[in-house]
Amino acid sequence: MALFQISEPNASAAPHQHRRAVGIDLGTTHTLVATVKSGMALVLNDAQGHPLLPSVVRYQPDGQTEVGYAAQNWLASDPKNTVLSVKRFMGRGRKDIAHVESLPYDFVEGAGMVRVRTRAGVKSPVEISAEILKVARARAEAHLGGELVGAVITVPAYFDDAQRQATKDAARLAGLNVLRLLNEPTAAAIAYGLENAAEGIYAVYDLGGGTFDISILKLARGVFEVLATGGDSALGGDDFDQRIFCWVLEQAELPPLSPEDARLIMTRAREAKEFLTHHAEAPITVRLANNRTIDLTLDAHTFAEITRNLVARTLQGVKKALRDARLAKADVKGVVMVGGSTRMPQVQQAVADFFQSAPLNNLDPDKVVALGAATQANLLVGNKTGGDDWLLLDVIPLSLGLETMGGLTEKLIPRNATIPAARAQEFTTFRDGQTAMAIHVVQGERELVADCRSLARFELRGIPPMVAGAARIRVTFQVDADGLLAVSAREQTTGVAAAITVKPSYGLSDDEIAGMLKDSVSHARDDAQRRALKEAQVEAQRLIEATQAALKEDAHLLDKAEIARIEAAIAKLQTQVLGDNRRHLTLAMDDLAFETQAFAHRRMDQSVKRALAGRTVEEVNAIAERAGEERREEKTNEGSAA
Amino acid sequence: MDLTTDFFTLFQLPRLFRLDLSALEARYLEIQGEVHPDRFVQADERARRQAAQWAARVNEGCLTLKKPLERAKYLLFLAGHDLEAERNTVMEPAFLIEQMEWREAAEEARNGRDHHALERLHHRLHQDLAGRYRALAALLDDQRDWPAAAHETRRLMFLEKLRLEIDDALAALEDEGIY
Repeated sequence: MALFQISEPNASAAPHQHRRAVGIDLGTTHTLVATVKSGMALVLNDAQGHPLLPSVVRYQPDGQTEVGYAAQNWLASDPKNTVLSVKRFMGRGRKDIAHVESLPYDFVEGAGMVRVRTRAGVKSPVEISAEILKVARARAEAHLGGELVGAVITVPAYFDDAQRQATKDAARLAGLNVLRLLNEPTAAAIAYGLENAAEGIYAVYDLGGGTFDISILKLARGVFEVLATGGDSALGGDDFDQRIFCWVLEQAELPPLSPEDARLIMTRAREAKEFLTHHAEAPITVRLANNRTIDLTLDAHTFAEITRNLVARTLQGVKKALRDARLAKADVKGVVMVGGSTRMPQVQQAVADFFQSAPLNNLDPDKVVALGAATQANLLVGNKTGGDDWLLLDVIPLSLGLETMGGLTEKLIPRNATIPAARAQEFTTFRDGQTAMAIHVVQGERELVADCRSLARFELRGIPPMVAGAARIRVTFQVDADGLLAVSAREQTTGVAAAITVKPSYGLSDDEIAGMLKDSVSHARDDAQRRALKEAQVEAQRLIEATQAALKEDAHLLDKAEIARIEAAIAKLQTQVLGDNRRHLTLAMDDLAFETQAFAHRRMDQSVKRALAGRTVEEVNAIAERAGEERREEKTNEGSAA
Repeated sequence: MDLTTDFFTLFQLPRLFRLDLSALEARYLEIQGEVHPDRFVQADERARRQAAQWAARVNEGCLTLKKPLERAKYLLFLAGHDLEAERNTVMEPAFLIEQMEWREAAEEARNGRDHHALERLHHRLHQDLAGRYRALAALLDDQRDWPAAAHETRRLMFLEKLRLEIDDALAALEDEGIY
């Protein structure tokens, strides 16, 4: 069964029931969870009334894990077991992490990404992030009074495939159904755009704790279209702290520090940065473990000086995004400021100077991403209020390609391509009798493979021996709406089916996720089984309802025999839903899906035609004729308007 | 209509190089509004995959028809001239010499950090391209002279690449200005 919800998306099951859906902004420094209640997006507070959940995880000596403010208190005294800014490690190797030498953790190299050795064992960034997400999920379920249908999780727009996959894995590990990975600046644009009924070209400048994004969007009634995005997934408020940290070391002429002292100075550096938002100078006082006391004063001017090139790097990203969108800064109607780091006066000033206009600060820069994500989650699960509906068109931030001869990259999908995107390209063998071909998938803009990020390697085997150049190997890239890539390859000439689909190597397999779920303290062994059965039952129920709704609406697309077969399959599935055999249930679902394949196809066809309804062949021909004289000039000129 | 339907039919536009871009944009949004995966988040796995395939196809179609060079290549492909599949494209010497001159001028301006010279080159190339696209439109839409159109399109592939290189050089100079 497929595409049964064309005419009324998501409206099949229990149409009047409000579905519990949230948006989660999994930030470097803070995490927020928001939802839409009575048509209003709002951030959910903890029991003490805090909207922010510090993205800090501590593995306690008693085997428990604490997250948030409680964990934050241990940053200086238990640095090796208290992980801060884990987002910086998602999908990253040790060598990718900036200032790795000043971090107090015991890093361990692991498959695809770095891991941290704690007293609770070696933890991957995915597992650590999942701890944060579990707390966010619990907060949401407490507020909403039940299990969530799903969550939209935000990621920096400039996150690459590895970082996105890691984020999605973390959410699944936390027991969340991921409705969509949504780019943070896009989420902010939704919140801003809806709140202000904004139309035109807008830029979203998002400087968070550890990441910088710039997105250029076209906002119109019912459409949010990202034209270009850019940024740096390793540039954020943390780097400003780091500059102050280095400045302190230099001024106080400090020797190499213990992890505890380093963490303490880093914390003071952050406090000084925040103080400078509203003051001309900030005192920095640190008492080291050896009782030496450091007393310094950092003034705003010095702070701006030592961070000047960080700010310049963000503006370079802004320029590049504008160029990619083929726009000038004068075309931009407003710049929406997002992320706590945009509070720094030198950042505000630099953006204002660059765009020659005051940036838009009317939404809380900490909350706007979570609010936008909640709004999108609400739309995705079908809780429409007042006919609100919009189409969101986002892009991939980095080009996707393959390694070709000589270590060069061949780009298949360019950066800023609208997603979902798919592209196939044919390659051939270069040796006589070659029976295998190595396929190396890379992401990045550089010409040399060595300068791009390696996403996956796999080999296509079983190519029948042929003379060089005779084989036709078709490699297909598919990027889904989450910005995640799947690659497949197939030899075309021989009909020998040698195809493979890879999930890049850093991603966790479904089995691994299931294993981790099983291992986690909160899930007993058969809990996972029961959960799987329950999920299958929900899915089956959804399938039945969707099929029935589709039959009611579009039975005219089927003949009597087809209807009878579909109804029989529904009846069989209905019986299985009541049972507790997950395998039989899954098979019955497959049967129904098989019987409705043709139906789904006809419905899709009808829907595409409906989108174009009312246009006759004559009209199209008339357009063709008119296209002749009057538009000749401008339409050919358009070809060179750069 | 299925995933192999040609892009002009998909968007219900006449199969012409002179294309009404605003009509393309409108049709694109209409169809995407129906097939986008965001409409199928609650549907089952297969429906979600099918939506992703359709949305990707619609995106590819829009991208192909929007850019004039891609549109020309696509029209030629539909007419049986697949320029992408060509292995050796022999160009006439005069064109190649002209190409070399363009490139040398661009490189010289780039190495000399001569922003104005690059801008002038860009402008000249822009003019040249505009004239060539006008001629190409006539070849494709009025004369339907596929071989001649294919030839002109091959030249345009070279020139568009050159334009990209000049754009990159300008961008590099601009970025240097920041630090």
